Amino acid sequence: MKKNKKGGWNFVLVYILCLCLCFVGLYGLVMKKNLLKIIISFIIMDNALNLFFIIVGYKKGGSFPVFLKNRPADNIVDPLPQALVLTSIVIGLSITILMVAVALRLYHRYKTFDITKIKELRG
Amino acid sequence: MTLPLFVVLPLFAAFINTMVGRFLKLFSEVFVNLINFVVLILCIIWIYKINTLNNNIFVYEVGGWKIPYGVALVADPVSVFMLFTVNLVAFLVGIYSVSYIEKYTEKWGFYSLFELMLAGMNGVIISGDIFNIFVFLEIATIASYGLVAFGTQKEELEASFKYMVLGSISTGLILLGIVLIYAYTSTLNLADIASILILSEDKLIIRVIMFIFMIGFVIKAAIVPFHWWLPDAHPSAPAPISAMLSGVLIKTLGVYLIVRLFFNVFPIDEKILKMICYLGTLSMVVGVILALYQWDYKRLLAYHSISQVGYIFLGIGLATPMGILGGIFHLFNHSLFKSLLFLTSGALEYNFGTRNLKEYHNVNRIMPITTFSATIGSFSIAGIPPFNGFWSKLIIIIACLEKRDILLALIAALVSVLTLASFLKVLKYAFYTEQKYNTGPKLLKEVPFFMQFSMLTLAILCFVSGIILYPNIKHIVFDGVIKFITENLYIKFILK
Amino acid sequence: MKETNNKNFTSSGMSLIVKTVTRWTVLFIMLYGWYITLFGHLSPGGGFAGGVIVALSFIHIILAYGKDFVVKKINKILSESLETTGALMFLSISIMGFSVGVFFKDFLGQGKAFSLLSGGMILPANIAIMIKVGFGMLSAFLCLILFSPQDEEK
Repeated sequence: MKKNKKGGWNFVLVYILCLCLCFVGLYGLVMKKNLLKIIISFIIMDNALNLFFIIVGYKKGGSFPVFLKNRPADNIVDPLPQALVLTSIVIGLSITILMVAVALRLYHRYKTFDITKIKELRG
Repeated sequence: MTLPLFVVLPLFAAFINTMVGRFLKLFSEVFVNLINFVVLILCIIWIYKINTLNNNIFVYEVGGWKIPYGVALVADPVSVFMLFTVNLVAFLVGIYSVSYIEKYTEKWGFYSLFELMLAGMNGVIISGDIFNIFVFLEIATIASYGLVAFGTQKEELEASFKYMVLGSISTGLILLGIVLIYAYTSTLNLADIASILILSEDKLIIRVIMFIFMIGFVIKAAIVPFHWWLPDAHPSAPAPISAMLSGVLIKTLGVYLIVRLFFNVFPIDEKILKMICYLGTLSMVVGVILALYQWDYKRLLAYHSISQVGYIFLGIGLATPMGILGGIFHLFNHSLFKSLLFLTSGALEYNFGTRNLKEYHNVNRIMPITTFSATIGSFSIAGIPPFNGFWSKLIIIIACLEKRDILLALIAALVSVLTLASFLKVLKYAFYTEQKYNTGPKLLKEVPFFMQFSMLTLAILCFVSGIILYPNIKHIVFDGVIKFITENLYIKFILK
Repeated sequence: MKETNNKNFTSSGMSLIVKTVTRWTVLFIMLYGWYITLFGHLSPGGGFAGGVIVALSFIHIILAYGKDFVVKKINKILSESLETTGALMFLSISIMGFSVGVFFKDFLGQGKAFSLLSGGMILPANIAIMIKVGFGMLSAFLCLILFSPQDEEK
């Protein structure tokens, strides 16, 4: 949170936009009626969170966090969020694949992607 | 030295099993149960070891990296207790599956997902690093998505999709919380985070982060405003998996992480704890009322899971030593009797092919052992005196009275009565219905030996485990747990 | 050469131009994936990125030539077994850390900085991850394209 003060309002704006994107995904996940749109909303939400994580690690004027010959190691951005986001992307990818597979099988059972028509379970 | 084996062995079993199990018959059953047995033995060794250790805590630095920088695995009385609970249920459920899973194809896939789920849960329990917890939590959750959809019929697929949507919302919230924590403290180690947060002045920011985490974990634990995925997802899975999901998964991912984070990592916040307490009470009442008019056996049990996890939340939300003792003890008891009841429902489904309570008949004559264990399980969950459920509910009610919260105590007692009513219905319609005419073309008989073995063992444990409260045994099992939850020993011993 | 030319005119898959370009470029794509993997400890990249590129080279062939052509060459069981092999390789690399005392500890030497054989166990771990991710994505893709409801009805 210290970084907010250093970067001024631009940082706050970027954070807020990221969270807006996240809420767009959340809205789609909860409100949409089509299986594929739900999956797309999940992807949007996941990527918004990953983007947020990357931005948290950014430092003003920092460059990429790779050690090279003859390059001073100061003023690089935080490398840890990038490593963690890679893991988070893998998790999101596997959930997405599983969701697509289940949606495909649901389509073959019901011949529709509309969740209002898929209602074997209730109560 | 043996601490990483809790994760390594199940992962190893899962991957070897995908490779070999598809070509060799009986390989997956024997191998997976062997691995589960070894892990259970390791748990028992660790229960002994953790009491002899200095300060009752053991820190394992993975890869030799020192503690605020590397990933740490931590064993303290709370995590060892949870490990024992999870692996005990997993071992018995694994044995039960040997016979039950005969009716499905791709047995090796089932066992691989099962072991992945076990590895994820063990990893969540022993990990001392917040992002590592997130990764293991996702391993366990994704494996459970696959297992819920294992039958690939209409209901299973629909339940799995619902579960995935809610699960991904909770994943997103937990990830958001981790990002905010990392932005605030610039570290991921739990003890290091705790040492920074305890000095912090910004109470509001910490409370917002705690709230985000709480919503995430409450979705995983299926507490009332977000409970509606559970009665679809848990009954749709194969019965052993329902036992695992209701018995230990929601407790590991929901309750254990709430205990770990809100008592050991974040500074104790009365308002959040009060919220947990009231949410628990609400879900106790709503769960049992919804359960009352169910005729689907597994769905009824799933609603009772919501209600009983509410008890655990109530006990933990009180935050007194007595309340936490009740909550943790009820967690253990619930994992025993709820998995027992789900296993009996699996036995009935195995023989009759239906989950409707009204279609069972003559069960007590055909399947005496199933009936015996189901009766014990029902009495335990309803809180009839000699069985374990009674003692933990009694402790929770006493803890409510100690805090001068008579209304909560009354609600807890009333919910217990309603639970009894609901299970008397189950016993009457499912197990003790006699019909004059013969059972039909198929001659029914008792379920195979492995299923009987698991159910009988769990029933005996339900009967016996009330003895844990006897002072000498309680001293070994629970005193360390309560000390570690209520007093802030976690930071003190890890960072030194 | 004669045979492949004949295959170009079969009805499955995309047009002749796509097939020809695919034939020329797909090995380079895979080589690039291997490069990203092997130099993952020196420059940006690593096992996951390299694995995705390797999987994309396979998916490229499947998309261009149609699934009937590929199913004969790439077996689903084989690809799943290779994925498991990758996972087991990674697990055994981590277990080999016990040989120097601690789980996941670096049992290889550090090596000379900025040379290919440096960074201890990161290089073998990257290769294991590449196999796991590459064949994992390929298996997932094969599962999705080979799924047919007729098999399920039986």
